[in-house]
Amino acid sequence: MAYVAIADRDHEQELHDPTTFITKYIWSQDHKVIAIQYSITAMFVGLVALGLSAMMRLQLGFPDSFSFITPTDYYQFITMHGMIMVIFLLTALFLGGFGNYLIPLMIGSRDMVFPYMNMMSYWVYLVSVIVLLASFFVPGGATGAGWTLYPPQAILPGTPGSELGILLMLVALALFIVAFTMGGLNYVTTILQARTRGMTLMRMPLSLWGIFMATILGLLAFPALFVSAVMMTLDKVAGTSFFMPAILSMGETMDHEGGSPILFQHLFWFFGHPEVYIVALPAFGLVSDLLSTHARKAIFGYRMMVWAILAIGGLSFIVWAHHMYVSGMNPYFGFFFATTTLIIAVPTAIKVYNWVLTLWQGNIRMTVPMLFAIGFIFTFTHGGLTGIFLGNVVVDLPLSDTYFVVAHFHMVMGVSPILVVFGSIYHWYPKITGKMFNQTLGKLHFWITFLGTYAIYLPMHYLGFLGVPRRYYAMGDTEFMPESAFTLNQGITISALIVGAAQFIFLYNIIVSLKKGKDAGSNPWEATTLEWQTPDTPPKHGNWGPELPVVHRWAYDYSVPGCRDDFIPQNMAPDDVPMAADSVSQSPDVGTHGSEGETDGPDGEPVA
Amino acid sequence: MSEAVLTDSGDVLPGGGDGVVADFSADKQTFQVPWGKAMMWFFLLSDTFIFGCFLTSYMTVRMSARDAWPVPSEVFALSFGGDPIPLILIAIMTFILISSSGTMALAVNMGYRGERKKAFWLMMATAAFGVMFVSMQAFEWTKLIVDEGVRLWSNPMGAAQFGATFFMITGFHGLHVSVGVIYLIVTGLRVRSGYYDRTRGNYEMVEITGLYWHFVDLVWVFIFAFFYLW
Ligand code: HEM
Ligand SMILES: [Cu+2]
Repeated sequence: MAYVAIADRDHEQELHDPTTFITKYIWSQDHKVIAIQYSITAMFVGLVALGLSAMMRLQLGFPDSFSFITPTDYYQFITMHGMIMVIFLLTALFLGGFGNYLIPLMIGSRDMVFPYMNMMSYWVYLVSVIVLLASFFVPGGATGAGWTLYPPQAILPGTPGSELGILLMLVALALFIVAFTMGGLNYVTTILQARTRGMTLMRMPLSLWGIFMATILGLLAFPALFVSAVMMTLDKVAGTSFFMPAILSMGETMDHEGGSPILFQHLFWFFGHPEVYIVALPAFGLVSDLLSTHARKAIFGYRMMVWAILAIGGLSFIVWAHHMYVSGMNPYFGFFFATTTLIIAVPTAIKVYNWVLTLWQGNIRMTVPMLFAIGFIFTFTHGGLTGIFLGNVVVDLPLSDTYFVVAHFHMVMGVSPILVVFGSIYHWYPKITGKMFNQTLGKLHFWITFLGTYAIYLPMHYLGFLGVPRRYYAMGDTEFMPESAFTLNQGITISALIVGAAQFIFLYNIIVSLKKGKDAGSNPWEATTLEWQTPDTPPKHGNWGPELPVVHRWAYDYSVPGCRDDFIPQNMAPDDVPMAADSVSQSPDVGTHGSEGETDGPDGEPVA
Repeated sequence: MSEAVLTDSGDVLPGGGDGVVADFSADKQTFQVPWGKAMMWFFLLSDTFIFGCFLTSYMTVRMSARDAWPVPSEVFALSFGGDPIPLILIAIMTFILISSSGTMALAVNMGYRGERKKAFWLMMATAAFGVMFVSMQAFEWTKLIVDEGVRLWSNPMGAAQFGATFFMITGFHGLHVSVGVIYLIVTGLRVRSGYYDRTRGNYEMVEITGLYWHFVDLVWVFIFAFFYLW
């Protein structure tokens, strides 16, 4: 039985029309409101995590000066900082925030396919955040097991928060997974099934490809975390021994025996590595759109970019044990996982080349979003290169668990996605609010954050080579540690505090611009994608007015020769494209331009 | 096999590999199915990974356990007066669950034919099979816990991990069956009251419920093989 697509039906999707303040702004089913709720909550916990990192840095830079930071506190801070940043900030912000906002607008639909479920996704996420933060206030405090939560120590007495903190952490994770699943099913189904007329998959902006693949990774990777959370909870409360071997603790044998701690590591990293790409792929996608728009040039190698995203997503499931080289494994496994890890560098490098080639000879506008996007290319390349070191078993063994690793993952999955987050917030801010932010403050924010990042993390590579271990409260008087290590740590701390403070410039900017900002107009960046073509700015409930838009071209028609403007919106029909006055005689074929000159599609778009 | 497919409306759609290419390069929608059905597929894919992780963990734990693993044909035997018959209960449970997939498939068919009454009763029969399955599982659990003294954290017959994995995984599956029963009843009542005629004019909801039910059934086959036959 053939099924009629939504864009062809007489009766379109029925939307729940809000009537009261509550249903409009709080208990709302509108994807845009949900996106904003997600983003604000995520940024709030992100601030908490930033505060925690400031405390850690104070302790590391000036040991013994802050009596209120005890070793126990330090471990709790480290754990909560890591977990919040990776999951409750970045995952939630990219998928719950940008995913929710951009998917329906970019594919030309009125909302997600199941808005009610989408709304529930946010509320469950909120509960998970509350449970997580509550763990600071229970007896024993938050868990201090490290964000990897490795058993057996995660649940043994002696680890901070091994009473209630770890349980609340596991519950918060399980809730987050439930929330993510409700949202994620919506994102995938909406992208595949609810596109508007003319919107083929290969005409979608790369932002959507990134978000789409990241969501699929999430749907397939979070199960491993869920299962390990269930089993660890049982180990903790029911005395089972899934992950617990026979242990002698304080001279007494414990009740556990026969479990496998390595099993947890496998499950955790089967989730954990794809998780890296859950935050990286949306960043890849969004940054591609920022670069293309502000360089006034089609993204270089669109199809290659799509396939690279798919390849990275697929490969990310077979590299996980590169996090476990020091756990000990069969040398052939080490060989296998090192090989797959290095292979994944190939599609990743392709993406980097394509970003750079997109800038090549572009008509670059150095706007604030563009600065962040270019900054991302630097930090990501940098973090990616150190990843190649760590992917090799013999190089990893001495570097594992040192500050080299801390530097690597902060560059590649901390700073880089965060730069894209900022760039994208600045980029879409005019659409979301209708106002323009303050450019000067935005540039100030960029330069402090970007240069500060290097001031923080470059020296950490050196510390790692010296052998400074990660997750240490203090180095103490260690023979092999030269004086310079301590000086560097002070410098890093000062930079970190400055960078942390600079984030308030950002908050100030986006809050004050809500009131004071100039009206931005509907398409201030002169972008081609559908979200900039909405009849209202900010878009109203239902997004499109009476008629859904019809898409005639791919997302990257910038600087098409012979046209009056240097961009052609995706929903502009070939006959409507305004021509440059002096080129009428040249009969430019505005209907036919795809990536790399291949124009096989009905409207001249590249064909898969 | 790339034969063309003739649809109800008379459209000729390319089949096989060409069809896949056509679907993925189409605008509007990739799969010619309703949203709910597509979403159920994706959910089941995700759920497959959950069960996959559970079962892989079970295998790992079973291999790393220090004490002997109980022999399934003895633990899961039941005697009716005479000698114990190995795996008899589980054979009946499996039979019941497989039968329920049969009634479910019939219900989907009746739904599409618009035979609301029949569809409703077949769904109720499916739900009843589900309830029977869960009750027998409860019986099996009781036997293990009360008679044999197996606990989540210990097992007088050997490896403690036997109790832990068994209760965790069959419990998780039983939960799926129970949720399925509720789902069947809700959808069934709506079928009977004509709710779907009024709201969307078709009975694809029955099929979507069915997808879930068949999946739970399929997962059982794996649990059965790994716990009772290994
Ligand atoms: C100004 C920003 C940041 C600063 C100053 C900072 C600082 C730190 C510090 C001091 C540690 C502990 C290192 C150790 O003792 O081993 C740490 C750990 C960590 N950070 Fe950050 N961080 C920042 C941003 C981020 C971001 C954006 C992410 C997101 C991915 C992130 C993810 C992590 C993770 C996963 C850990 C490991 C936690 C663990 O070892 O269990 N950080 N960070
Ligand atoms: Cu990894």
